[in-house]
Order: sequence, then structure tokens, then C-alpha cells
Amino acid sequence: MLESIAASLPPGLILIFGALLLPLIPGESAPTGESADGIWPLSGKSKLGMRGILMLLLPILGLAQMWLLPLGHTVDVEVFGYALQPVRVDRLSRIFGTIFHIAALISVIYALRVRDTLQNLSGLAYAGAAIGAVFSGDLITLFVYWELTALTSVFLIWAKRTNRATRVGMRYLIVQVLSGVLLLAGTLFHYADTGSLAFDLLSLDGSLGHWLIFLAFGIKAAFPMLHSWLEDAYPEATITGTVWMSAFTTKMAIYALARGFAGTEMLIPIGAAMTAFPIFYAVIENDLRRVLAYSLNNQLGYMVVGVGVGTELAINGAAAHAFAHILYKGLLFMTMGAVLLRAGTVNGSDLGGLWRKMPWTTTFCVIGAMAISAFPLFSGFVTKSMILTAAADEGHTWTFLILLFASAGVFHHSGIKIPYFAFFAHDSKLLPKITGEAPRNMLVAMAIAAFLCIAVGVYPAPLYAMLPYDVGDYSAYDLTHVVTQMQLLLGSAAAFVFLQKMGWYPAELRSTVLDVDWVYRKLLPGGLRATYNAIDKGAEKTKAAVGRAVLAGVNRFGQMFRPGDRSFGEPWPSGETAMWAAVVLVAYLVLSIVGSQAG
Amino acid sequence: MNAHLPAIQVVLPLLAAPVCVLLQNRKVVGVWATLVAWASFAIAITMLVHTMEHGTISYALGGWESPLGIELRVDVANAFLATIVTGIASMVLPYGPGSATLAIPEDKQYLFYTAFLLCMTGLLGMSVTGDAFNVFVFVEITSLSSYTLIALGKGRRALTAAFSYLVMGTIGGTFILLAIGLCYQMTGTLNMADMALRLQPVMGTRTVLVAFGFFVVGASIKLAVFPLHQWMPNAYTHAPSVVSAFLSATATKVSYFVLVRVVFTIFGAAYVFGTVHFEWLLMPLSIAAMFVGSIAAMYQTHIKRLLAYSSMAQIGYMTLGLSMNSVEGLTGGLVHLFNHGLMKGGLFLVVANITFRLNSSKIEDMAGLARKMPWTSLAFAIGGLSLIGVPGTAGFISKWYLVQGALVKGQVWLALLILMSSLLAVGYVWKVIEVMLLKPPTDRVENTKPAPLSMIWPVWVMIGSTVVFGLWTTWTGTVAEVAAETLMGLR
Repeated sequence: MLESIAASLPPGLILIFGALLLPLIPGESAPTGESADGIWPLSGKSKLGMRGILMLLLPILGLAQMWLLPLGHTVDVEVFGYALQPVRVDRLSRIFGTIFHIAALISVIYALRVRDTLQNLSGLAYAGAAIGAVFSGDLITLFVYWELTALTSVFLIWAKRTNRATRVGMRYLIVQVLSGVLLLAGTLFHYADTGSLAFDLLSLDGSLGHWLIFLAFGIKAAFPMLHSWLEDAYPEATITGTVWMSAFTTKMAIYALARGFAGTEMLIPIGAAMTAFPIFYAVIENDLRRVLAYSLNNQLGYMVVGVGVGTELAINGAAAHAFAHILYKGLLFMTMGAVLLRAGTVNGSDLGGLWRKMPWTTTFCVIGAMAISAFPLFSGFVTKSMILTAAADEGHTWTFLILLFASAGVFHHSGIKIPYFAFFAHDSKLLPKITGEAPRNMLVAMAIAAFLCIAVGVYPAPLYAMLPYDVGDYSAYDLTHVVTQMQLLLGSAAAFVFLQKMGWYPAELRSTVLDVDWVYRKLLPGGLRATYNAIDKGAEKTKAAVGRAVLAGVNRFGQMFRPGDRSFGEPWPSGETAMWAAVVLVAYLVLSIVGSQAG
Repeated sequence: MNAHLPAIQVVLPLLAAPVCVLLQNRKVVGVWATLVAWASFAIAITMLVHTMEHGTISYALGGWESPLGIELRVDVANAFLATIVTGIASMVLPYGPGSATLAIPEDKQYLFYTAFLLCMTGLLGMSVTGDAFNVFVFVEITSLSSYTLIALGKGRRALTAAFSYLVMGTIGGTFILLAIGLCYQMTGTLNMADMALRLQPVMGTRTVLVAFGFFVVGASIKLAVFPLHQWMPNAYTHAPSVVSAFLSATATKVSYFVLVRVVFTIFGAAYVFGTVHFEWLLMPLSIAAMFVGSIAAMYQTHIKRLLAYSSMAQIGYMTLGLSMNSVEGLTGGLVHLFNHGLMKGGLFLVVANITFRLNSSKIEDMAGLARKMPWTSLAFAIGGLSLIGVPGTAGFISKWYLVQGALVKGQVWLALLILMSSLLAVGYVWKVIEVMLLKPPTDRVENTKPAPLSMIWPVWVMIGSTVVFGLWTTWTGTVAEVAAETLMGLR
């Protein structure tokens, strides 16, 4: 009975349609006092209204429905004679579906005080779209959800309602939509080649369609050089928005890679580069939420390597690491969100000593930091070691070494830098202004995530049981793993202490870190402007009209469409239109006479 | 009974129109006109089902057999069009009494319904007739009544808008009449099917070439093909919103259909695309319309004019489908005819709601409207997504067919142009949504309240069906494909 009800609905739709109900439910009173990013009240008690109850129910219902679907369950439909498969349940999709639901639930709890329906609606619909995507059995359905994640998540940035957020959101949206367009184009080529729309192993066999799809996945997975949208956008979202965003888009892309391109050799160097390069940025970056974004990028690298190695152990590792990563990365973003809420900034240079005012948040942050640094008994350890072992087993020694180096780096910027500069170090000037702990619902959300980080680390068996392939007798807790990891961590900690004592550690400064997006945000426009200025200057000197013609051309183009006299944006007089009728008639006659002569 | 349906379809609104004048009472007339529209809708659906199952219905008017008498000829394509016209009218008419934004006093408003029913008569006549001269007669009935409807808009500029439409419409009508005259001179018949047969031996003559030219340009004016679209932005802007909704969803669509009929039924694809290469003219103009219309829409400050320029771009997609000369392309054109009717009609009704409450159609006056009129704003957002062609909305289906049409011919660049111009639609739709959703409300908006329920449900029926036809595509897809194959003579 229950199963048949569950089977009638694709996973994810509960969240999407449920989210659409939110605005229809009579709302709680609008913020009357001080609020930040829609969070109100900032402290004290807050009533759990009808909307809050619905928001909590949706991920729980969704999770229950998803688990009622048996493995191998599919829904097939035919649209226009194309065989589509909106639902396909297997172990790979189910583990991603599970963690997406859990992440949605934690985010909802964290966002219970958000009185901005726009944020809650788009967050839930965004989660639903990502869930729908991992259960898509064909590329068209995947494309629909793929675009939907972009269209919903961008509102989490725009909800800041500042001009800066509008611009950042637009940049983010353009990149995301571009990824979707590439996916659709690749799908059309793939369909033309094979006659199938099924989303199974694609592999890079030289077909153009597969390359386009690979590129589309690569953009969302933040491959090196395609990554800068992530570091650009995530830290600019609202306090709760960043928590939502950290979970879904990129992990959906990892899932897509694991499904479509498992065992693709090229992913190994790509992933290795991804683990390494963000570390340098993370060390010098000041905005701690941006540090976390770089660290997110680095963590994705491990998963990409896992997918590239492609053995059962490696795919298991990638999926398990995604699972653990969503939890501790979400946890870290939540703690930084709480800091942003209380201190008004997450710049490392302005913070410090917050543990006095926010002890719980500090504890949770340290737990998250230990999980991401892969301390034994924390979740990162049991999952990351699978990828490292798989890489070593397959003889990718260099990759293994880069991953080791990156592990040390992770500990450095996420494990030490984040908690150290935010909560310890020297006492910040802001300290007296901070009123106290984060609101209760945020603490609950952080506590759940922190609990899961430890639970997975201490008792990984339930997670292993969910993985795409049988884990067999693999165990993270053998002597080599534990000793290697401890050496790494202690060495890295020693290096930090040493550098800090000697005063050689890059100081926390207010600065702008240049990334590849500088090329298209500054260099190209600047270069064009410079070129144009040069032309203009030259034209001025030689009195040549070139520069002015260009300028006039640019102006003229705008004027062609702006409402006003003689433009396309304004109707012309009837007499002139009548003349155009004659012109079209003559054009027809000329063309048709030419045509009939030629044909 | 079924055999008489084509005649009843046209005669019913024709006879119902003068009844409005006799009834006079505004409310009674409103109910009467609505009932007539619904009855016509039922007839159209019956015809559509009948033609899908049993094929063409031919009706000899007054018992005079063709080619001497006037023949009404209904195949799937005609029935499809009649369904659209009557369906939209059924949604728009119940709306009429609610909006009451006409320039004439309440006791004269029965004239609005009279003109509306006459306009519907003309459109239905153009849809079902198989006689070339009859087409001209119905074109004129439609045009004259729509000049009246547009002139009913508030403000003096409605009069000039109606007048310039009258000038252009008359030129278009005259061109069509000239074309019919030339064809009559060459063949001695006015029945379309008969004319097609008798044109065959004289295809090579200059007269036929010129006749087709007059047909094309005449229909293009009515259809608002770039650059002959100039009457449209003002007409849609200054007409009452309900009239804009009806005309944008039906009048240009029926003109498109007349053009398609002329191309495939009278002159034949072999002549049009094989000999005179009509696509050389139509395709560049369509592409220009797609881009110029979308870019111009981005720069507009009045929402009705923005939608009018968007219509110009959307008409570009339809004519592009025609110019592809393939089943996929024409199916795309016909599906878009239907889908665009739904979404543009729905969007103009949304605008009717907004102007009814705000008394302004300036975009900047709608700041923060999403908070005060959430249902209406959401309807705009969904309709806008459909204009862009986001998957899950009807607009996606049209674009899908058009892209297919381009790819079947190996014209990847054309597919790319279609996708690029869709991106431009994001620009003008977003421009409105941003103001409604993210800008702080102005005083004017703060003091407003949601539209009455009687004005919300027709909007949602139309906007809701763009989602329904975006997800459930068998109906539109199949019917349009059958219609396209019928028109191209493949069935």
C-alpha cells in the first residue's frame, strides 16, 4: 500500500511542490525589529509556525518516500516518441538521495527563523531538484533538474537584495545555465549518434556529444579553471543560503560524473589538481566563508579522483566521501553563518576570541574541522581513506602523494585556520558587541550535523552498507591508515605552530585574491577598454574618424532599440511602414525572380 | 448534425452579435456573449475530434456545390485553429465585465460585446473557409471589428493606435484582394482546392509570381512580420488589456494560418520553396524578428508594450517554422501558435489584473508587487518562463520542435540562433520579475490589494494550461503534427 503510493511520485517532487505551498500558508508576522538576511528574531524564543512545521515535514516525508522505493524501481514514459525514464532507483542514486534529504532537513532546521519565504521556498525547491536529478534515468530529465537547481539556487544569492548580490547572482546564473545548455547540446549529439537518451556510462570516446556533457558536468563540479563561479558565489549568498548551496549543486555533479564517466583516466589528474590548487588560495584568503568555498573545491577533488580511478572501492569512496563531506562542510558553513550573524563579518582579520561568547558554536566548529581534516574517529577519515587506498592500489603513486599533500593542506586551512582565526587567536575588537550564542534552532542543526560527523567516524558500518558496491572486509581502522594520517596531521600542526611562532605565516589581511575569474571579469573587459582607449587616442591624434565611428556605432546600437525616435523600440509612422510593405514586396519579387532563374 | 457544424461555427457568433444590441443590458450581454463563446468552443472541439477520426468535413453553403458555391472545408488544421480561437474567447469573455476599463460609458458597453463577437466571427470564418474570396471578406470583418475594439481603450492614444492599424490593415487587405483578383484572372475560380489545380499549368507566369507576392505581403502585414509589425506595439499597448489578450492570442495566429494555407494549399510547397524560394525572404526576416523583437522588448518601460515586442519575436519563431519547409518545422510553428496564444493571452490578462488595481502599466510602478498580488505575480513569472522556453512549460515544447526542425536539415547554426534568442527572453522577463519580487514596494503598491477572484481564475486557467501542455505534450504535439502533415499534403 505505502509502497504503491510512494512509487507513484518521483523523488524530489515532494520537496518541490511542498515548497510551492509555503507562500499559500498564512505566514508568521513579518520582521518588526532588527533582522539579518531574513532571520528574525535574532535571539530569544521563536514560534514554530505552520510554515516551519511544513518545512520540517517535507524532507522527512521525502526521505521516507524515497526509501520505500525498491532498488531497481523505474518509471518509464514516452514523450514525443522519446523513451524517458524520470525515475531510476539504484544504490548509487539512493545514497546521494539519502544525504540530500538529510542535508535538506539540517538546512531547514538551520533556517527555521528565516522569515523570507523566497529563501525557504527556493532552498527547498533547490534540494528537491537536486534529488530529482540523481534519480533521473535519462539525460533529458537530468537536464530539466540540472537547470532547475540553477534557477532555484540563484535566489539564495539574490535574497541578499543588494546590488552586489544581484551582480554576483547574475554571474552565477550565467555559468550555471551555460552548463545546462552544454548538457542539452551534448544530449542532442549523443542522441543523434546512438538513438538513446538513457543516462548510463558515457565515457570519453571522442564523440563530441560526450565531451560537451563532460564539460557541463565539469562546470558544476568546479573543475580547475571552470571553478571560479563557486568561490565567487557561495560566500555571497545569505547566511542560510550558503548552507543550502554547499550541499547540492557540486555533489549532484559528482554523482553525474560517477554515473557517466566512472573510470575516465583524465579525471585523475583533474581531481588531483583540484585538491591541490585551492589550498594556496585558501591559505591567503581572508573571508572565512570564501576559505570554506576553496576548501569545498579541494574536497571535490578527492571525489573526482575517486570517480576517475573507477574501481568499486574508489566509487564507494567517492560516494561515501560525498556523504561525509556534505555533513561536515555544511556544519562548517553553519558555524561561519552563526559568526556572520553575531559578529556581522567573517573576515579572519576582524575576528578572534569568539569562544568566550559562542562556546557551543566553537565546539561544533572544531568537530567539523576535525572531520574535514580526517582525524581518526571522525567521518572524513573513514571515507577519504577509501579513495587514497583505491588510488594507491591502482598504482597512481603520484596522485596518491598529491592527495597526501592536499590532506595536510586541508588540515591547515580548514582544520586550523578556520577555528583558530574565528574563535581563538587574539581577541577581536568586535567581541564586546557580540550578544551571545547563535539562536537555538541553529545550534540544534549544528548539533545534528556534528553528531553525524562523529557517528559516521566511530561506527561507519551503516554508511558502508548503503554504498553502491559491497564494501567487503575493508576497514579504515588498520595500523597503516591510522599511523599515516596521524603523522600527517601532527606534521601539519607542527608546521602551523612553527610558522605562526616565527611570524612567517601569511597574515590575515583585507585583500582581494585573484582567481581565474579575473580573466573574464577584469582582464578581458579591461583589455577591450584599453584597446578601445588606445584606438580612441590614436584617432584623436590623427583626427581619423575610426574611434568616433566605433563609439558612434556602439551608441547607435543602443539607440536602435531604446524607445525613442527612429528606433526599433518605438513604432514608426504609418507612411513609413507602408513604404516597408513596398520594400518587402520588391525584395520578394527580386528574390523570387533570381530564385526561379536559379532553380 | 456533424455535417452542419462548420456553418454553425461561423453563423452562431454572427447572429449572436446583433442580439447583443437588442439586449443592451451590460450584464445580460456579458453572460450571453460568454455562453455563445462556450457553445462555439464546444462546436470547435467536436469538429476537432470528428476530423481527427473521420477526416475532412466539406460543407457546401446553401447547397451550391463547389467550385461554383462557397465551400467551408474543415480538416484537422482548421479545426485546431477554431478550437484555439473559441477557447481563448471563452477564457477572455467572462473576464470582460470584471475589468471594465473601457473608454465608453457603462450603458454603451454592449457594443464591446457586439464587436467582440463579430471579430470572433471573422476569425472563425478565416479558419474554416475553403474559398479564397471568402477569406478576404472575413479578413475585413475581423479587421473592422478589431479597429473598434482597439479604439475602445482608455486614453486618446487608443484612437491613433486604432487609426494606424486601420491604415496598415487596409493596405494588407487590399494586397490580399489584389492577389485573389490576379489568381481569379488566371484560373477563373475562387475555390482554393480548385484554384490550386488550375494554377498548375500556368505556374511559370509572372502573374502568378506577383499574385503570390501580394498574398505574402498582405498576410505578413496582418501577421506583423518584421518589418511590417509597426501597427502592433501601439495597438496592443493602448487597447483594453482584454482586447490585447484576445487579439494577440488569436488574430495574428489566424493570419499565420492564412499564410500557411496560401503557401501549402493554393500554391504548393514545390512552387513556393522549389521555384520562388520564399524561404530566402522569410527566414532572414524571421530571424531578424526574433532578435529585434526581443532586444526591443528589453528596453521597454511599459509592460504592455514589452509584451507586444515579445509577440513580434514569438511570431518570428512561427514564421521560421514555416520557412523550414519540413513537417518538424511546421509542427513547431503550429505548436507555438497554440502555446504562444495561451501564454501571451494569459500574460495580457495578468497585465489586465495589474492595471486594474494599479491603474498604471509602467514597469517601475510594479515594484514589490509580488507581496501584494502574489497570485497574479506568480502567474506572470510562470508565463514568462514559458516565453523563455524553460522545460516543463509549453514554450519549451515549441522550441524543441523548432530546434528539431533545424537539426533535421543539419542547420546547427539555426538551432543555435533559436537558443540564443531564447536567452534574450530571459532579459525582458527578468526585468519585470526583478521589479516585482526584489524591489521595495512603492506607495502605490502598498495601497493596493489582490485582484478579485473573478479576475484571477481565467488567468490561472490560461497560465496553468501552459504548464499542463508543457508536461503533457501528446495532445498538442500529435494534433499539430497531424495538422502539419495535412497541410503539407502528406495525409
